[in-house]
Amino acid sequence: MNKKREFDFAGFYSKYGIFFLFVIMFLLMSIINENFLSGVNITNIARQIVVITILACGEQLMLIAGLIDLSVGSVLALSGCVAASVVVNTGNAPVAVIIGLLVGLVCGIVNGGILVAFDIPPFITTLATMMIARGAVYVFTDGVPISQLGDAFCWVGQGYIGPIPAPVVIMIIALIITWVILNQTRTGRYIYAVGGNQDAANASGVNIRYIKFFASAFSGLMAGLAGVILMARMNSGQPIAGESYEMDAITAVVVGGTSMAGGVGNIPGTIVGSCIIGIIKNFMNLQNINSYWQQIVQGIIVCVAVIIDVKVRKANSKA
Amino acid sequence: MGGKESSIPALELRHISKSFPGVKALSDVSFSVEQGKVHVLVGENGAGKSTLIKIINGIYSADEGEIYMFGEKISHTSPKMMRDAGIATIHQELSPVKDLTIAENIFLGREPLRKNKFVNWKKLFGDAQKLIDDFGFRYRARQKMRELTVSDMQIIEIIKAVSMNARVVIMDEPTSSITEGEVRTLFEQVNRLRDAGISIIYITHKMEEIMEIGDTASILRDGELISTHKVKDLTQEQIITKMVGREMKDIYPQKTASIGETILELKNLSKKDVFSDISLKLHKGEILGMAGLVGAGRTEVFRTVFGMDPYDSGEVLYEGKKLEVKKVQDAIRAGIMMISEDRKREGLVLCRSVGENIALPNLASYLRGIFLNKKSEKKDSVEMQEILNIKTPSLDTPAGSLSGGNQQKIVIAKWLLHHPKVLIMDEPTRGIDVGAKYEIYKIMCDLAAQGVGIVMISSDLPEIIGICDRTIVMSEGKITGEVERKDFSQEHIMAFAVGGKK
Repeated sequence: MNKKREFDFAGFYSKYGIFFLFVIMFLLMSIINENFLSGVNITNIARQIVVITILACGEQLMLIAGLIDLSVGSVLALSGCVAASVVVNTGNAPVAVIIGLLVGLVCGIVNGGILVAFDIPPFITTLATMMIARGAVYVFTDGVPISQLGDAFCWVGQGYIGPIPAPVVIMIIALIITWVILNQTRTGRYIYAVGGNQDAANASGVNIRYIKFFASAFSGLMAGLAGVILMARMNSGQPIAGESYEMDAITAVVVGGTSMAGGVGNIPGTIVGSCIIGIIKNFMNLQNINSYWQQIVQGIIVCVAVIIDVKVRKANSKA
Repeated sequence: MGGKESSIPALELRHISKSFPGVKALSDVSFSVEQGKVHVLVGENGAGKSTLIKIINGIYSADEGEIYMFGEKISHTSPKMMRDAGIATIHQELSPVKDLTIAENIFLGREPLRKNKFVNWKKLFGDAQKLIDDFGFRYRARQKMRELTVSDMQIIEIIKAVSMNARVVIMDEPTSSITEGEVRTLFEQVNRLRDAGISIIYITHKMEEIMEIGDTASILRDGELISTHKVKDLTQEQIITKMVGREMKDIYPQKTASIGETILELKNLSKKDVFSDISLKLHKGEILGMAGLVGAGRTEVFRTVFGMDPYDSGEVLYEGKKLEVKKVQDAIRAGIMMISEDRKREGLVLCRSVGENIALPNLASYLRGIFLNKKSEKKDSVEMQEILNIKTPSLDTPAGSLSGGNQQKIVIAKWLLHHPKVLIMDEPTRGIDVGAKYEIYKIMCDLAAQGVGIVMISSDLPEIIGICDRTIVMSEGKITGEVERKDFSQEHIMAFAVGGKK
């Protein structure tokens, strides 16, 4: 038992590494670009990461449960556009928001239903619904953006509560809800168990089908919420919105230390992951690095994060 | 064979030690394996045999000590290096690629290539067939592996080892899942290898096999080498004493529970092609052994009782009433719980903490509204950790980092918290060291004393004889015998276990 305490990089990284990385990057960026640390820019970053972070909340539940949701970008567009259309036609912003959320939830339920009923790999299921939802948006809007959504609706994406942007507050609430589900409820514990070892969870009496269904539905709901906020911010229901956002959300979650293999991950990690992606994008914009290069950088980040994830898991399983 | 060279040992281990977190698996083990001899490694489960094998075949590297082959020191080991050096291993659980042909399996990873780097199929099948013919077997090289029995697959492994010019062949409990007739065939092949000057490290804990096939025997206990002898100088009793290191009565705790009324009854339970017509009764406070060879269908019967798999016909009576078990939850709700034989696959979520694993099936009892009361959860886990003596740095440690014995205790803990009335334990002591084994037997006896009915599925006959009140023996999906405690003997039970084949 009295083994020498060697420096355990894997263990250290899996606990704190990502936070250190964030702090170091933040400091470096502040030094290199003087505009980075300004109040306006920080608020900007916060607003920019809102949509991806909310998607990441749902995506995190999926990944921890050993699943994945590729449809969130399309579902975001569908629910956002439906909400936009409702508000244009009825002028009732609260109803429009609720219907937007419901569209997202229904998409999630469809995903979860297919997943559980036919036992199809989630990658394929959500790839299919990604295409279906995207197609549905174009059918619904005829490919034409829906504009003039009205001030009440736009408040969701543009308003302020005190000094804090309303969407940032909504994001924080979404994060808290996700954290509570994962850490304080039985469902959360089951999500970890199902993702960590589905057979063992089943043998412990966990209803694994319900858990997968729940995670999928939650991911859909979050996509709906993100869709409403995004359209409100743009004051326009854009059918092309959210293209490849699923990848950004997955990136944020994985960079934040959630395992692609399931069973491991937490909300603080995802917040940091999302912030890291956010500040890198913001910084590259401030430095006038073009968007093509930004994509390359983001790809490299995903690759490094996954390599570290694999290393950490290997080190943990060796013990 | 013969000549001066054979005085150099084929394999020599000097002062090998190996530790895992919390366990010293091997300490200062030294012995040498002579050329063209069968060297038997004897020891109980958890004595360190498998660790030793893995060091010899390069899967683990020793913390301390040296390995010599034919007098040459081997400094760095890896599975590939040891294979190239002439070590071949025939594992207890064979894992051939079942959908490939025999020939492809023999040459897997070293297929003969043509100049253009494509596989030379003609040579591959030709060479394989020649090897098989040389051994005097009638397999066709193009036969799919799936069509073979376990013992056939073992023979293929031996052929493969020879084709790789192996000088030392390790056989890990090769007779654990084959019939007596097949054991004969296996022994013929072992003798054949020995005559060809190949050394064999033969792992077993069956006394008759040691006596019949062994030239030398090394006895391991609790990670230490007790002694090495010529087999002809040893008696079975001496081996047992050395292997166990204590009187038999100390290995198994005294069971005091009295046997009560019937709690679980299976009536003509059948599942097509798996088991048929299974009828048995389990009483309160009873420890019922389920004996038989691997693959006899024991696990499958109780998986259906636990709701993991469906059964086709028959019924399960629980406390006298018919019990419909459609899913695991139904069984748990009734009070029937099962500890799987494969704790890594079905027992534990290895990446999650000890505490979470213990709490997993019991979360409902900690619910306050929709939230978990983590305080009472922690209290229960701490209590379980103390009662079962689970050795872990903390309850937050991932379950996967603990030793086998402690992992098994976590699985037991999670069901103890749920107050089982029927506990099905499938190979509960497999891969667990001797000390932890005793503790697990003790827990079983204590539970029985509280009136829990326990089913122990075990392939370890001494364990069944040591702790069970009654044993039901299965063979090929059928119950072939029932033995009361007073009639327990290895021979008696084994006769039923292989009965189906006769």
